[in-house]
Amino acid sequence: MSEPANVDYLSCLFKSLDAKADGKINADTSPENPQSWLKQLRAQAIENAGQLKWPTIKDEEWRFTDISSLAKLPFKPAQPGQVPALSDIQPYLIKEAVNRLVFVDGFFAPELSSITSENQMCIGNLSALATQHANTIMSHLGQYVKHQNNLFAALNTAFLHDGAVIVVPQNNVVDLPVHLLFIATQVETTHYPRCLIVGEANSKITVIEDYVALQNNAEDAYITNSVAEFKLAANAQIQHVRMQRENQNAFHLANCAVSLDHASRYQAVSVSLGAKISRYNLDVRLEAETAESIINGLALITDQQLADTHTCIDHLKPNCTSHQKHKCIADDNAHAVFNGKIIVRPNTQKTNSSQSSRNLLLSDKARIDTKPQLEIFADDVKCAHGATVGQLDKEEIFYLKSRGLSELTARNLLTYAFGAEILDSVPVASLKHTLEQIVLNQTQSC
Amino acid sequence: MKNQNNKTILDVQNLHANTQSTEILKGINLTVKSGEIHAIMGLNGSGKSTFAKVLAGHPDYTVTQGNIQFEQQDLLALSPEERAQAGIFLAFQYPIEIPGVANSQFLRLAYNTIQSKRGNDELDPLEFDDFVREKMKLLEMNPDFLDRSVNEGFSGGEKKRNEILQMALLEPTLGILDETDSGLDIDALKIVAKGVNHLSNAQNAMILITHYQRLLDHIVPDYVHVMEAGRIVKTGGKELALELEKHGYDWLHDDRHNNVGVSA
Ligand SMILES: Nc1ncnc2c1ncn2[C@@H]1O[C@H](COP(=O)(O)OP(=O)(O)OP(=O)(O)O)[C@@H](O)[C@H]1O
Ligand SMILES: [Mg+2]
Repeated sequence: MSEPANVDYLSCLFKSLDAKADGKINADTSPENPQSWLKQLRAQAIENAGQLKWPTIKDEEWRFTDISSLAKLPFKPAQPGQVPALSDIQPYLIKEAVNRLVFVDGFFAPELSSITSENQMCIGNLSALATQHANTIMSHLGQYVKHQNNLFAALNTAFLHDGAVIVVPQNNVVDLPVHLLFIATQVETTHYPRCLIVGEANSKITVIEDYVALQNNAEDAYITNSVAEFKLAANAQIQHVRMQRENQNAFHLANCAVSLDHASRYQAVSVSLGAKISRYNLDVRLEAETAESIINGLALITDQQLADTHTCIDHLKPNCTSHQKHKCIADDNAHAVFNGKIIVRPNTQKTNSSQSSRNLLLSDKARIDTKPQLEIFADDVKCAHGATVGQLDKEEIFYLKSRGLSELTARNLLTYAFGAEILDSVPVASLKHTLEQIVLNQTQSC
Repeated sequence: MKNQNNKTILDVQNLHANTQSTEILKGINLTVKSGEIHAIMGLNGSGKSTFAKVLAGHPDYTVTQGNIQFEQQDLLALSPEERAQAGIFLAFQYPIEIPGVANSQFLRLAYNTIQSKRGNDELDPLEFDDFVREKMKLLEMNPDFLDRSVNEGFSGGEKKRNEILQMALLEPTLGILDETDSGLDIDALKIVAKGVNHLSNAQNAMILITHYQRLLDHIVPDYVHVMEAGRIVKTGGKELALELEKHGYDWLHDDRHNNVGVSA
């Protein structure tokens, strides 16, 4: 990546940013402007973004993921455009999720959204809630995904105009899952989706964060640069399902950070299916004792796709538990990357941590790089980890064939089974079924 | 012999097979006719499982000489799945675990594949569920095994029963049971033997690979063969197994020319 392209890209972005520097948020909120902090947050992010370099493969964190092609794309931030019809998004709706916030190219689409459980939680889009819940939002927004040293988080924050906000009050259990649906319709633009989910003490919720594409012409590229932040107060429980099903020419750059208080539990399953290049950074901080995180991930890619997952699970206090299972299935020329860092800080005794990275190569040309990274600074801890990269097991194939199944059926069944293990942990039945069908279709070569 | 007029199911002639580096089977001859039960015994490492796997078409082994006729077909020209579809079934000595594949799904897929190849109707999931539960009753298997992954976490004996369940579903013309009795408790052995006897009829045949007479008390063989270093070195009637149990394999060498029973 050459320096000038980098400068071009950023200056182009900032020009468009200047044009609307006093833009949407302020216009949408109260005239007394209690959201000057938001302006400050953005100003800080703009400054950070201006100082950060475009990552290249010389950066350890971006070693396998070359995004130089991205820097050359002069993609302006998306502007509010035409909102699709409800019938267009029907295939993406989730039966159980009666509460749904829909964003089109990053802009809230109230006509596609549906909220029925307002009494159980505070839910809505950022610009609508920013006034009424200024204090809550202010104390969480931008607090977990750090943008000092993360260019894409900084850019997302710099362009922060709206987003999904859910705050579950103390002792509230939201039974039905909430669907946050981010639809990309415009091409050759950059979309900046944003989520903030706060579970107050003893609360419980399931959130589905879902990225889909609805272009007329799926040949054209666009960029999704998303940031999601999760805060779990004491004893809170959040189940987070993340689905990335962008179109095959999209670039998906996402940052998610999770902060856990005492005895809270974060359970996540993320499924990456789409995008030409995708990068998902997940940072989980276990900040108080007996917090627990269970994280499952599946990347299922083919053709020329690249899916890069970087996770960091940070044990900051004793007695915390983290379990992580990540699987990649790469076919054709696809390239999957997994980098799983686990930090066990000094004096975090009785930490219990496990990580498994299992990877399946379906073609000679596919490639998988997996790198578990354990940094353990405490001694009375239980940490197990393992990584494997391989083809389908030939004894398993033979076993199935000896029962009459064709080579192809045997391979398809085993490939599906490999991925299905992760889907088992999806806590929403209809979504699990949908994903199983997707994985089934994608793992069935014929 | 009792089945002289029955048709030949399997005819193995001078079978030699190699792994990449070594010859393991060194000239096996064996004829199996419909309605017959054959037992193959022999020391550890004599090549019994290799022979069974070569019959099933395992890719680790290359046949270098000889031929195998299975019901008038050239078995060696068939892929493993075609062999299964044609009616060969091998109950493995060490059935492998397949995490993530539900046993019920696997059994139905196998059953329907083979049924359709034989020109029979396939069963939908509900019909199959009734059907498989009936078969499981015969083997006194807990239906919970349907919901688990294939063999995953099954005990040794449970895996063996799952093999026999598959055989009961697929109704092969030639069932090859590789040490299905090893690892079974006495009750389980009786149940499995009952299942095998139930399946065996005048149209099909069984090859039982075993180290122990106790299986042959329950499933009485027509022939007993002894393998040694990749060959069948002796063939007799069911008494041969009793003699071997009494005297051990060394006795064969003392007494090689003194035939017990008859040659097949
Ligand atoms: N795939 C293989 N690669 C290398 N050697 C093999 C392979 N398969 C079998 N062998 C060797 O061939 C010989 C015969 O093995 P086989 O498993 O057929 O014996 P067996 O008669 O079934 O013994 P057991 O009674 O212990 O089950 C052994 O020495 C074994 O190590
Ligand atoms: Mg053996």
